[in-house]
Amino acid sequence: MTPVISGAADTAVGRLDGSGCMALHAEAASAALADAGLRADEVDGVLCAYSLAEPHLMLSSVFNEYFGIAPSYSAAVQAGGATACALVMQAAALVRAGICRNVLAVCADNRLTGLGRSGAVAALAEVGHPQFERPYGMSIPAAYALVARRCMHEQGVTAEHLAAISVTQRGHARRHPKAQARDPLTMEQALSARMIADPLRLFDCCLVSDGGAALVISAADVAADHTDRAVSILGYGQMNTHEHAFAMPSLTDFGCRQSAAQAFAMAGLTPADIDVAEIYDSFTITLLAELESIGFFPKGEAGPAILDGALELDGVLPCNTHGGLLSYGHSGAAGGMFHIVEAVRQLRGEAEARQVAGAETAFVHGDGGILSAHCSLILGRA
Amino acid sequence: MSATDPSPMKPVPLVTADTRAFWDACAEGALTFQRCAACGHVQFPPRPFCTECRATGPGTERSAGLGTIHSYTIVHRAPTAAFKADTPYVLALVDVDEGFRLMVNLRGCPPSDARIGLRVRVLFEPLAGGGALPQVRPLVE
Ligand SMILES: [Zn+2]
Repeated sequence: MTPVISGAADTAVGRLDGSGCMALHAEAASAALADAGLRADEVDGVLCAYSLAEPHLMLSSVFNEYFGIAPSYSAAVQAGGATACALVMQAAALVRAGICRNVLAVCADNRLTGLGRSGAVAALAEVGHPQFERPYGMSIPAAYALVARRCMHEQGVTAEHLAAISVTQRGHARRHPKAQARDPLTMEQALSARMIADPLRLFDCCLVSDGGAALVISAADVAADHTDRAVSILGYGQMNTHEHAFAMPSLTDFGCRQSAAQAFAMAGLTPADIDVAEIYDSFTITLLAELESIGFFPKGEAGPAILDGALELDGVLPCNTHGGLLSYGHSGAAGGMFHIVEAVRQLRGEAEARQVAGAETAFVHGDGGILSAHCSLILGRA
Repeated sequence: MSATDPSPMKPVPLVTADTRAFWDACAEGALTFQRCAACGHVQFPPRPFCTECRATGPGTERSAGLGTIHSYTIVHRAPTAAFKADTPYVLALVDVDEGFRLMVNLRGCPPSDARIGLRVRVLFEPLAGGGALPQVRPLVE
């Protein structure tokens, strides 16, 4: 049975005082089910991710119990920033195999109020290798700075190229009423901001947020009975090359090359066919490296193109139109799901002030770890 | 995880059965790596099998302790309170001449001396509670 995205929703994002991890899960799930026109008891599959603020060994079971459902299939997936895309790929496979009819994929965390920015930075640093990285004071920004420095050395990436990404995405976020960071940001501000891990400065790094998002992936015939706004899943792919920074096979070329190639082959499309892209941007360098590895730009050409406005709404590749992790918000696995929710809205023509005119195809990508786990999706207007 | 209460102590390597011999060698001032007798593959960290040909029991060899910086960053914002006093410090990936890669801190020079391609020599820093951590300093020819 052909899978489609029948529902998509997100909660408020930012500092949500009084929020809780499970309440955010439930709020996002209820909104996505309402968007799909489905009742909770019509869900026969649940996919969850993980939480730093309220960690549990069996998060999907914890969610099912809290939400008050008893699905026949349930699992939690942990692939860092690749998780949200991986949940859609997994849900699509479950529907295609006839195992499920309606899969609810839901992610949320209250990282900002539950951990605080310092707590989140410290918790994330624990993904470093316990023998060969953490004793050296490796932070996640530092690991990505190693990538940025090497890309500067090999491909002529500059601080201006990276700043242009944060400035462009801030512009997008300013058109989204729910975005967490909506103050104007200039190139001068980005280039003179506090250094975090040279060459990455404050605005090269993603936000820390509370928030949640959910999607419903349904069999096309089920969706057709409940909604006329379903979005097609045209292709997907994954690649997993390593986990730790010291084990990266390359610092300039990443598994997104293969995951995207799989997704494009399945969809019968090429990067030139994509109308809007929502690509993981934990750091500015994450997006730049992925744009080149995937093939949206030749090596060394993404930075100059971005300075020329390539990622603007009327550019050659409108990208991270909600503001991304850099300016919209980042609450763990939900951060990657915000990219998918935005792609759904673009394809439905519901993106309001940030609508890409005539968007019919969207590319979405998530990566987890230190550009370690990659999952790509290609979605289309039904 | 203890994320909300960062320890003032730096994390020490959490030694496993796979790595005990490696850390024992570090305590004696030797950097070791594995080379597969069957296929010649060099690997690090130590494992009881070769990731290339799957042969068991790759041999352990001692590195000459020389390498080249593949990439580096100067960390200004420490991951935990334990590293705050060290900032700014250099975190580097070093390609050791025998063909494996280490993450280390660059010692013995100002952070501004760090650059890709810099030749370095391994040194060992004592760890709280015993043992030693491999680090590097610029190689003076
Ligand atoms: Zn071998």
